[in-house]
Amino acid sequence: MNVKLEILRQNPDIAEAPHRVTYDVEVDQTDRVLDGLIQVTQNVDGSLGFRKSCAHGICGSDAMRINGKERLACRTLFRDVVETDGDVVSLEPLAHLPVQKDLMVDQEPFFEKFRSVKPYLIPKTQPEAGQEFLQSEEERELFDEATKCINCAACYSACPILDKNPDFIGPAAIVQAVRFTRDSRDQGLEARLDELDDPNGLWPCESKFECTRVCPREIKITKLINLTKRQVKKYREERGEEPNDR
Amino acid sequence: MLHEFDSVIVGGGGAGLYAALEASRTANTAVISKLYPMRSHTGAAQGGIGAALGNVDTDDPVWHAFDTVKGGDYLVDQTAAKILAEGAVQAVYDLENRGLPFSRTPEGRIAQRRFGGHTRNFGEAAVKRSCYAADRTGHMILQTLYQQCIRNKVEFYDEFHVVDVILEGHRCAGVVAFELATGEFHVFRAKATLFATGGFGRMYRVTSNAHANTGDGPAVLARAGVPLEDMEFYQFHPTGIRGMGILITEGVRGEGGVLKNRHGERFMERYAPTLLDLAPRDMVSRAIMTEISEGRGARGDRRIDDYVYLDATHLGRETVETKIPDIQDFCKTYLALDPAEQPMPVQPTAHYGMGGIPTDVDGRVESSTEVYEGLYAAGECACVSVHGANRLGTNSLVDLIVFGRRAGQHIAEYVRGTDMPVISESAADGARKRIARLRERTGKGEFPGPLYEKMQEVMMSDVGVYRDAESMRRAVDRLRELRTRLGDVAVQDEGQRFNAEILGILELENLLDLSLVTAATGLHRTESRGAHSRRDFPERSDDEWLKHSLAWMTGDQIELGEKGVDVSIWQPKPRTY
Repeated sequence: MNVKLEILRQNPDIAEAPHRVTYDVEVDQTDRVLDGLIQVTQNVDGSLGFRKSCAHGICGSDAMRINGKERLACRTLFRDVVETDGDVVSLEPLAHLPVQKDLMVDQEPFFEKFRSVKPYLIPKTQPEAGQEFLQSEEERELFDEATKCINCAACYSACPILDKNPDFIGPAAIVQAVRFTRDSRDQGLEARLDELDDPNGLWPCESKFECTRVCPREIKITKLINLTKRQVKKYREERGEEPNDR
Repeated sequence: MLHEFDSVIVGGGGAGLYAALEASRTANTAVISKLYPMRSHTGAAQGGIGAALGNVDTDDPVWHAFDTVKGGDYLVDQTAAKILAEGAVQAVYDLENRGLPFSRTPEGRIAQRRFGGHTRNFGEAAVKRSCYAADRTGHMILQTLYQQCIRNKVEFYDEFHVVDVILEGHRCAGVVAFELATGEFHVFRAKATLFATGGFGRMYRVTSNAHANTGDGPAVLARAGVPLEDMEFYQFHPTGIRGMGILITEGVRGEGGVLKNRHGERFMERYAPTLLDLAPRDMVSRAIMTEISEGRGARGDRRIDDYVYLDATHLGRETVETKIPDIQDFCKTYLALDPAEQPMPVQPTAHYGMGGIPTDVDGRVESSTEVYEGLYAAGECACVSVHGANRLGTNSLVDLIVFGRRAGQHIAEYVRGTDMPVISESAADGARKRIARLRERTGKGEFPGPLYEKMQEVMMSDVGVYRDAESMRRAVDRLRELRTRLGDVAVQDEGQRFNAEILGILELENLLDLSLVTAATGLHRTESRGAHSRRDFPERSDDEWLKHSLAWMTGDQIELGEKGVDVSIWQPKPRTY
């Protein structure tokens, strides 16, 4: 079938305003939006900028706004969008990050926030030499959901809080922190309290659920944020302290 | 721009990051990656890491080593296989201790499951050896190693594509890289350089590999005169999603999933009566292609793009949802089917290169007689050789954690006792000229897309699961022709910023070179062994061919040599399962 890809293009090296360019592509219903983009660069216009790698929703390279919603281009089939929205597919770069070229955004500010939450194991104890830490199936299950995150930044783009507060660490960084705070092997919340219990940490979140709605890994992000907020409040209450929320 | 480091790691997947982590203990280390490291294809590995922990079944690293040797159809270097199997146990504990979230047994230990070709007591029965984290083991390895690199403040050069290696005779002095964001050239001068650039499955039309898997490391080194080892052995994973090639983990069969033909027959009973669906991948892929060519594929039209079914419906919804959740998700997304209810349409998908840059067990690059000083390789781009003619499932992750780690440890020692090599001011000239030539032709030639597709079709039909002299001779001719035509392609994009066309042409050049080496070495080896299955020479011939191949590349000419196989522990035997 014939589909029109209406792509928001821009290149900071060429002084021109962001503008929409439409490309006709011949695709199957079951082709990925990414396949359409590849068709454009290989046969029509090689200057189009976008990222890609695994092409099946694991590497997190190709998040973009497809018909206004954050999705991975390799996990979105044409039939998924054409049936509901018609045969003009609008493609725009993620929001809240500077555009580098066309559909590519500078992910560095996103990764900087990721790094800020100490996204690595800070062990409580050491296991016996040549042994694993013991962890029950239930303990392992507690943080399973957070391990699914591929840092695609879809949630970061969809988050309405970042519209008004660009310093908010954003949903993905919180998920990465939760990955460790709920891991029985880790020192947990205490080791990341400064980053989470901060006016730009957990607290700006207003539970708008946009992150949860767009997450291609179906992580219940808002729920994890709220669980962690409660955990911090409890931690502070037990010590007769106030959360650092303003 | 010139940079100086004790060690430079090219590639930010599992092998590269593990090496970086170990090397950075003493060496000032940089990782150069054409992707953001957490986008690397290690993240797509699903099933697990084989390691004889014995958490579920009694196990022994010696059995793992034997399975590796037999699985590789005796082309495996046996001492290296022992190092692999023993090192796997230590590496798995090390990764767990650093945070890798393995699934757990009821006792709280690392969970293990069955995987193809892994047995107890030298082939008696399948053993639970694969340590897994749901069906996202590779994702978890990549995350864990990247997290630890952040913790250790390893320096990253993200979205830098390596275009050349700087060799002075047999001494490596660093690499030349092309920065995608700016189009600028960078020279990295280093005491030790490690290539960990991963696979090259994009040679084939149906592949489980990422777009980025274009064999950059082996191709750059081959053009610099380093031989490549055992390139004729390319693995097709039996179960890729029909048409798309997306991997359906062997773990599905490890959990009890079964392959069926159009008559609903469990055909593996006829090909591997003991291990059945969990026979090694080369055998299962051949079985599928035989079913298809004899008209028992799903459509029954005997064409190479026909398919069979992988049935997991009898496992029950709970097993599907807890043990293979990502597979269920892929099937729903791409096939609009639920594997708990319907069988999955699958066909062999190009998956893994057993061959690559020849190294010793510490990752040092060596040809048959000489060791290249300061030059290392690890992971899929390297050939130790622990996979021989056919890699066992899980052993890719085992390879990259064991040998990535060992190479990093060796580098950490090596850089302490060596001086910074001298490089000439013209080190980047070759690369600069090549790209300048491309830019000169902006807008004046054909698009590379059709050449890319042609290469993938040639490799798929003529150097696939089954090949013969006629098909491979045809492939060599066509690949040479495509290589020539590559000189006529042109970029449309005049800009410097993220010029994806230049990157794409450099990647295609790498793939074409490796395709040519693969076809030429395959043509040369007149026997069938492991993944190299010749219609015209269906038997293995130990008298003539129990040896590794080496291929040197000059332009489009391939010169072939050989290297002995270490068979110091087990004598080659016929391979039955």
